[in-house]
Amino acid sequence: MIALLRRDLRLAVRAGGGFGLGLAFFLIVVVLVPFGVGPETELLSRIAPGILWVASLLAALLSLDRIFALDFEDGSLALLATSPLPMEGVALVKATAHWITTGLPLTIAAPILGFLLSLAPEAYVYLLVSLLLGTPALSMIGTFGAALTVGLRRGGLLLSLLVLPLYVPTLIFGAEAVRRGADGLDPTGALMLLGGITAGTFALLPFATAAVLRINLR
Amino acid sequence: MSIWEYANPTKFMGWTAPVMRAAFWLAGLCLAVGLIWGFFFTPDDFRQGSTVKIIYLHVPAALMAINAWIMMLAASLIWVVRRHHVSALAARAAAPVGLVMTLIALFTGGIWGQPMWGTYWAWDPRLTSFLILFLFYLGYIALWEAIEDPDTAADLTSVLCMVGSVFAILSRYAVNFWNQGLHQGASLSLDKEENVADVFWIPLLVCIAGFVLLFIALVLMRTRTEIRARRMRALQARAQRA
Repeated sequence: MIALLRRDLRLAVRAGGGFGLGLAFFLIVVVLVPFGVGPETELLSRIAPGILWVASLLAALLSLDRIFALDFEDGSLALLATSPLPMEGVALVKATAHWITTGLPLTIAAPILGFLLSLAPEAYVYLLVSLLLGTPALSMIGTFGAALTVGLRRGGLLLSLLVLPLYVPTLIFGAEAVRRGADGLDPTGALMLLGGITAGTFALLPFATAAVLRINLR
Repeated sequence: MSIWEYANPTKFMGWTAPVMRAAFWLAGLCLAVGLIWGFFFTPDDFRQGSTVKIIYLHVPAALMAINAWIMMLAASLIWVVRRHHVSALAARAAAPVGLVMTLIALFTGGIWGQPMWGTYWAWDPRLTSFLILFLFYLGYIALWEAIEDPDTAADLTSVLCMVGSVFAILSRYAVNFWNQGLHQGASLSLDKEENVADVFWIPLLVCIAGFVLLFIALVLMRTRTEIRARRMRALQARAQRA
């Protein structure tokens, strides 16, 4: 499992693009928002939690189709299926690798971009914590979506249609936690539910992902 | 003789033909009675005026929008466990019907909401979760359309239906949470069953029965179409090989 994780990370960093692209996309979306809604600081600081969460969600979505597509094309996914590692493990590793290459950089970059959107000072901690808790769920759900559409020639658009509705609860709890933090309310409930979603997806979705991969490799 | 015998495609085609016809007639009868009774022979509500009468379309459609998804979930489970082709086809057939029911519920709700709430759309938990349900239906149908091999498509969509069900329920409660945080004490409640009087209740029941029968009839019809389409494809494949 660790060897597979290392291989995926190395591929993501070296094989042109994937790694920095999500982060750059995140930056661009956040920079575009003030152009769209106007530069008033008050307005921006009010919508900042939602914007940051939606932008990180879209950035995570951007790199999803890479998770399995290349491995499926060159046949290494079939090799992985015949290896002693169970498919559930492969799904788990793939989601983890995706999180390390997109979710983690997004989490680290988010406070800096929060500064651009003049996020309330009290909310930075909660932004960091909520992204740290929530982005793994985004990666795991996305891995399931990527596994569903891996056999399709043009699965990219379909992938977003399938995955985005599944992101709704994560987005709600994540943005809500930051918003409550910014308003000086207690965000613990939202954070705990967010953590619950992440734990639940990591416990159950590897099985669904593995089942779907087996169907697609048949 | 087990119940599964009736799901054999040939037998299914046999017994569904009269059932479908009866369901269509009964649905037409129930809807005609229920709607005419509801629209013309019930008093206006003292607060809502005559707008209350949209309940006869709105509530049954909303009910069937959710029930259609539950039926798809059951059919998907049967497909996964017993690999019964008719079951997968029935799930596929139910999806567009459920989609249309969701749309009817959303539109009639909007038409009712304009004079009552002063807006066609509010981010009320119920409204929002129906919009999310609509997106789930879209994704499910799109996945069916995208995959060529019918067995793979049936497998993948049934897994999506199961995972989607979990997330749909999750969204339903997440949306509750979100809205309370957004505008505290929103007094909009669509839950009219509690305060609906008997005068409205009986025609409403007739309308709900009509919608259930209509759903059964439509799903049977679409399933029969799918079976015929698959038979045709098999015949064409055989003709090409010969």
